[in-house]
Amino acid sequence: MSILEVENLNRSFGGLHAVNDVTFDVMPKQIKAVIGPNGAGKTTLFNLIAGALESDSGEVKFQGTRITNLPSHRVAEQGIARTFQNIKLYSNMTVLENVMIGRHVRTGAGFFAGLMNFPKTWKEEREIHEKSMELIEMLGIAELADSDATSLAFGQQRTVEFARALAMEPELLLLDEPAAGLNIYETAEIAETIRKIRDWGITILIIEHDMSLVMDISDEITVLSSGKKIAEGLPEEIQRNEEVIKIYLGEEDA
Amino acid sequence: MSFEQLLQYLLSGVTMGSIYAIVAIGYNIIYNTTGIINFAQGEFVMLGGMTAISFNFFMPLPLAIFLSVIIVSFVGAFIDIVFIRNLKKPSVLNMIIVTIGLSTVIREVALHIWDEKVRSLPYFTGDESSSINIFGAYISPQVLWVLGVSAVIVIGLTFFFKYTLPGRSMRACSANITAAQLCGVNAKNMVTLSFMLSAAIGAIAGTVVSPITMTQYDGGTSLAIKGFAVAILGGLGNSTGAVVGGIVIGVLEALSISILPSAYKDAIAIALLLLILFIKPSGLFGSSEVSALKEY
Amino acid sequence: MKISHKYVPVIILLGGVILFQLISTLSGIEYILTQMTMAGYYAMVIIGLTMLMGYTGQISLGHAGFFAIGGYTSAVLTTQNLAALKGTGLADFIMNSGLSVSMTDTYGQELVYLSPWISLTLAILITIIVAFLIGIPILKLKGHYLAMATLGFGTIIYRIVLGAGIFGEADGISEVPAFPVLGGLSISGDSALRIENYYIAWFVLGVGVLLLINLVNSRAGRALRSIHGSEDAASAMGVDTARYKLAIFVLSAVYAAVGGVLLTHFNGGIGPSEASIMKSVRYVAIVAVGGMANLWGALIMGVLLNFLSLRGYFGSYDDAFFGVILIVIMLFFPDGLLTRDNFKGLKQKIQRLIAREKRTAE
Repeated sequence: MSILEVENLNRSFGGLHAVNDVTFDVMPKQIKAVIGPNGAGKTTLFNLIAGALESDSGEVKFQGTRITNLPSHRVAEQGIARTFQNIKLYSNMTVLENVMIGRHVRTGAGFFAGLMNFPKTWKEEREIHEKSMELIEMLGIAELADSDATSLAFGQQRTVEFARALAMEPELLLLDEPAAGLNIYETAEIAETIRKIRDWGITILIIEHDMSLVMDISDEITVLSSGKKIAEGLPEEIQRNEEVIKIYLGEEDA
Repeated sequence: MSFEQLLQYLLSGVTMGSIYAIVAIGYNIIYNTTGIINFAQGEFVMLGGMTAISFNFFMPLPLAIFLSVIIVSFVGAFIDIVFIRNLKKPSVLNMIIVTIGLSTVIREVALHIWDEKVRSLPYFTGDESSSINIFGAYISPQVLWVLGVSAVIVIGLTFFFKYTLPGRSMRACSANITAAQLCGVNAKNMVTLSFMLSAAIGAIAGTVVSPITMTQYDGGTSLAIKGFAVAILGGLGNSTGAVVGGIVIGVLEALSISILPSAYKDAIAIALLLLILFIKPSGLFGSSEVSALKEY
Repeated sequence: MKISHKYVPVIILLGGVILFQLISTLSGIEYILTQMTMAGYYAMVIIGLTMLMGYTGQISLGHAGFFAIGGYTSAVLTTQNLAALKGTGLADFIMNSGLSVSMTDTYGQELVYLSPWISLTLAILITIIVAFLIGIPILKLKGHYLAMATLGFGTIIYRIVLGAGIFGEADGISEVPAFPVLGGLSISGDSALRIENYYIAWFVLGVGVLLLINLVNSRAGRALRSIHGSEDAASAMGVDTARYKLAIFVLSAVYAAVGGVLLTHFNGGIGPSEASIMKSVRYVAIVAVGGMANLWGALIMGVLLNFLSLRGYFGSYDDAFFGVILIVIMLFFPDGLLTRDNFKGLKQKIQRLIAREKRTAE
């Protein structure tokens, strides 16, 4: 059974039909990539799934539950985490604190409990702290724990964003261009990290422009162009697909 | 309510409404060019009146008004050049805070220059006892001056923005500042010009309404709020909307006296402002997408 | 019992408060404590506002309105002489259930009024309701729309207290009775209780600060700070931003109201100027100077500036001074004066100066 089902999803902005009747599935523990030229509607699709944008029509189902048009914090509660193309780390907090926020959905101390600092919240706070440190260590950035999150190098910020998303213990992880702005070595590291995450049992849906990364790690690829899905299949199939080649390289004279 | 009474309220409402509309247009000019809301807008009106009153002591009224408008426009330019241009972190919050600070300081300076006495310019034609009979309602000739001057300002600005080079450059800035700069428009100067223009029309409004409402050092604040309410009602940046909005709020305010104690008259515009903000912040004529995008 | 390091500044504050009182008593300038007491209550408004403005980036130009709601509610409720109403249902109920306080006034007449503890509770409840109702639509707005809406709210409160007979119109409400706290202690302007009142005020403020420190370091506090850092990312992490913004708005309103109630009893009265826009602007100026997200900066600045203002050091330029502060801060120190960055920069400058001195000495 699919973990994510997108059915006939539609979204327009004025005259621009950004996402046009898109349907696809993601299988559990799969790494699925969504590719397409700029303006194909990939980020809009992500925003629709993650609840950051409302759809005009269509359905999104997560583990059988309808999540269409749920606000993003509710989508997060369902078990879907996402990263952002332009890394939205919290500038006013340290790396550790950024990751600790990731634990928000899995914990429950409320506003009043926060004011009062009841003893029963002490255990939860300790756990949040420990789990966050664990994640930071697992991803190899332990020494950066107390650094100001936005003062780090780009590649390190990406890793922090990963840690933060993983702290949510999601079942589905939406990665929005994780390799953007990274060099070859950093991209290879990201590929490793993504595989590690999948081995932990997390399904991954990724938007990416970096074809080497996509071909390297994806189990399946969906191709969008001008809002429509034009191809879907294994990496080798997509590489040979004429439609796909056309939209990336332009028409060849017959 | 008799027809004459209704007409009286309506005329009174439209009169004040035109002043609110002028203030609102002042907001719109600066907002369109810069995206800033200038909270000190009301003070321009107050300064216009006050300066003209002082000048009037030793020069004829028309000259006093003319000079006062010139001086207040330079105050507007000064505010932009010294304060707005030098903001280190020009976020919306910071600009709001700076203009609030400026409005406070201007008010206090006015208090120290002119003290808290209520003053007014003499009536442009006639005096406080002259009145004109319009279908049974009695109005002061000054009312016609207010309406006339307001109409001239609106028409003048329409012409300015449509047919003159500086006007079109300012519109270019508001549409797309980078493109405007690439076409050779000096954006910084356009901003200063927008401040000067807003200040000038505010000052004109301040002088023409002075005999009716009197002028006082703290008169700017309530005008600022009401003018803002009008600007929002009409759709921020939309000056036709400002005129309609001004008339609506002015008339509602005037009619409210027949229902509520007059002490609450000032609260009408504010209550309306809150209502609009809660229901449709883009106002009567604005588009909700534009108002959502133009946050920062 | 190990005391968490986050509470250390509170202990330092406590020490400072005690020290200040001892010094002022010994130097015979004890009357200064009155202004410090008032500054303490005003600081309640300011620390609440810092949380709202600094940690969630929402501006409020109408917070004096909540101060006024608190103060006026308590003033109105405690200035109804129940003794005169003996025989009517509600008055008897209040007096018989121990919810009232008796005293004799200067003419030997019996004065019975509603217990200020009850009026405090009611004031807080009313504030919560109003903040809730206003907050829901207001917090959907952004930028200058939000600012103007809060300004509008503050102005409406001002117009109401200025215009309504029950609130004393321009004269406000006076003869507000003392607030009995414990045993013989009460919050009032009685100069015999000056030192006690000073400690009461700073105790209340201390508790207020303590609660906020707890909040900042808690899960909810992180959620709030994440909203300020990036609202989109916060949402994506499961933070219900609308709910949290509302919660902090209501909390900051309650802080302001509590300050209003207690100060009103201390002063024995309240007037419409407490609800004025200038007061709201003043609070915003102080938060801006202290550094928006800087609880301690806001506290220090709040007490300092209010104290100076109350002792008349700004003379008739009072409002202008705060206006100038706003301008100067936004131009030169948009993140506030007492921020970590500024201190670091200052430290560096001093170090460089010392290094230069050393070199010239060689």
